Amino acid sequence: MDKHVIEAYERGWMYFSLLMILVFLVFIGYTLSGYAFYVPDAARRIDPTTVRTGGFPQPHVEEVAPGKYQAYVIGQAFTWLPSEMRFKVGDEVTFFVTSPDVQHGFYIHGTNINVQVIPGEVAKVKTTFKRPGEYLVICNEYCGIGHQNMIGRIVVEE
Amino acid sequence: MATLAQKDAYADFPVKKVSLYFITLGFIALSIGTLFGPFQALNYANINLYPWLQKILPFVKSYYQGLTLHGVLNAIVFTQLFAQGALLYLQAKEMKMLPQMGVAWAAWWLAFVGLVMAAIPLLMDDATVLYTFYPPLKGHPLFYIGAALIIVSSLLSVYLAAELWYRWKKQNPDKPTPLVSYMSVVTWMMWGVAAIGLVVEAVVLLIPWSLGLLKGVDPLLARTLFWWTGHPIVYFWLLPAYVVWYGILPKRTGGKLISDPLARLVFLAFLIFSSPVGFHHQFADPGIDPFWKLVHTVLTMMVAVPSLVTAFTVAASLELGAREAGGRGVFGWIKKLNWKDPIVLASTLGAISFIAGGAGGIVNASFTLDYVVHNTTWIPGHFHLPVATAVTLTHMGLAAVLIPHLTGKPLVGLGYFRAGVVLWFTGMMLMAIGMHTMGLQGVPRRAWIANMAPNLEGIYASSAIWMVLNGVAGTILLIAATLIFYSLFATLLQGKRLSPEERPEIEFTEAISGPEGRRSVMVMDRLFFWWATALVIVLVVYMPTLIRIWSTFVSAPGFRLW
Repeated sequence: MDKHVIEAYERGWMYFSLLMILVFLVFIGYTLSGYAFYVPDAARRIDPTTVRTGGFPQPHVEEVAPGKYQAYVIGQAFTWLPSEMRFKVGDEVTFFVTSPDVQHGFYIHGTNINVQVIPGEVAKVKTTFKRPGEYLVICNEYCGIGHQNMIGRIVVEE
Repeated sequence: MATLAQKDAYADFPVKKVSLYFITLGFIALSIGTLFGPFQALNYANINLYPWLQKILPFVKSYYQGLTLHGVLNAIVFTQLFAQGALLYLQAKEMKMLPQMGVAWAAWWLAFVGLVMAAIPLLMDDATVLYTFYPPLKGHPLFYIGAALIIVSSLLSVYLAAELWYRWKKQNPDKPTPLVSYMSVVTWMMWGVAAIGLVVEAVVLLIPWSLGLLKGVDPLLARTLFWWTGHPIVYFWLLPAYVVWYGILPKRTGGKLISDPLARLVFLAFLIFSSPVGFHHQFADPGIDPFWKLVHTVLTMMVAVPSLVTAFTVAASLELGAREAGGRGVFGWIKKLNWKDPIVLASTLGAISFIAGGAGGIVNASFTLDYVVHNTTWIPGHFHLPVATAVTLTHMGLAAVLIPHLTGKPLVGLGYFRAGVVLWFTGMMLMAIGMHTMGLQGVPRRAWIANMAPNLEGIYASSAIWMVLNGVAGTILLIAATLIFYSLFATLLQGKRLSPEERPEIEFTEAISGPEGRRSVMVMDRLFFWWATALVIVLVVYMPTLIRIWSTFVSAPGFRLW
């Protein structure tokens, strides 16, 4: 094959690659604008040694407005506190999650809620539960010998 | 067939010996690390063989310790040592000049001492922190010091490559750098920028902390410094394989590169775009501004372009050779590739796996998509394609020719080697299918799921089919590894040597459009300028975040939880 023909193909492929990447970036921008509350944010920094002694609220769920909840969650080796949370379909929940020991991963199975729990950070992430059922809260960052057993539950009722 | 005395074997070109030492040490590390791989694959098939393994190797305490050894030895040690050996030799051979041999040996000894130091706590279960060693999990100080020495060794290799290039350039001021040397030097310069994060993390935070000189470390700061290095390290693994794909592979199957300047442009793009991308590993992290996450997303997407170009160019170069050899049809030419050659077989299969690996990488880098796959088995499923398949197979293929070339010892068991390569490719592809799918179903990575508490057993049962695939893949990979390592180590350990005329030669690819007389090539040849540019860009995208975190330093005490 003539070398100019191949070089033309090569250039064409290069432009195609750039265009493809550009299209992907547009999609990313679109999903960011539409689903941005899945993007974990930092509520504040925190001294991890104070998490259990008043620097962070006791683990609990509170209703701040009708259908709107705030959940204060501690991930520690090797449990989630609270270990079970209950909501109703359509509830909007803001989670505040931190760790007093090592890193954990706050992953609500089957959803986009997937947050790194880092000592020193209070992670904030918001979601609305649309499907009823039982969701596992799986720790997906290695935290020690019992890491695989660090699993909590969220029950969403009709 | 003549038998040469040991000391004569390297006398013509002493860099051969130091390269061989790097490569051999790398393969020793890889063979130990690989041993744990099948146990991990079987863990994800819900088969816990660790109690049994402990009877044979009493020092192995847990899946997590095996996983740490697997990650550190394979991903960090092997890849670096192979690059240090192979790139140094290829550059020296092409430039027909010796690197500073004293520095080269110092680099080898540093890596060796560092490896031994890090291996002791790893084997004693005193540093079961995985190869990301995120604080506040706290390993034994020897682990961090040993790892730091290995990194220092790699920085000596950066110096060696740059110094040799600079000396050559002084002697040949008007000539463009030869292509393979250009690619090697750019790879090392890229690593020089990339390694800064890890060096700072180890020297300023982890080592003083593990020795008790610092009460606590800031986990987010450490993570951010880690990923400064942690993503471009992937290109540090990958680019030596690219050197083979561009610089050696086409030649061995009768092909030519289409364009030499384009290959340079690809490497230059990696120098610029490899490092300012680390936040795409931290999309799930609180405490990093979404704006900077988006900047890193855009730059990560840019770094996909040189890989896409490589896919086209390398495939086209192979096709050219195969058609010249009489290949016909849209895909029929593939049969005419020189599949008997270990480099062609291993690199081509590796490159094929990289197509899927690259596509998955774009998914991971896509900010919002990442939340679906972050820290699920999708991630190890992904990186076993570029690293454990594309890079490792390419290095194995090169070693099958390079070891005989360096030592004069003929390759033992070519048939076993080739069978091993095909099985390795097959096993990795099956494992990747299994792990990607399990990841989409939400199975977490790095979890000892074959050893769950009784009340949790069966929670991943809906992924059972894909778990079986992992078990099958792990078994295939064990056979593949046995065949390949047998061939390579039997080659090294035999006494037989070929006469100089019989030794396999390593020749470099020629290009249809060469570099001569191109202004663009001379601009691209101003490597110190591009190196500085790369450094400035990485500082711009990192400093605002690093300064902000550092100025509110959180002191987290360490934990040993394994």
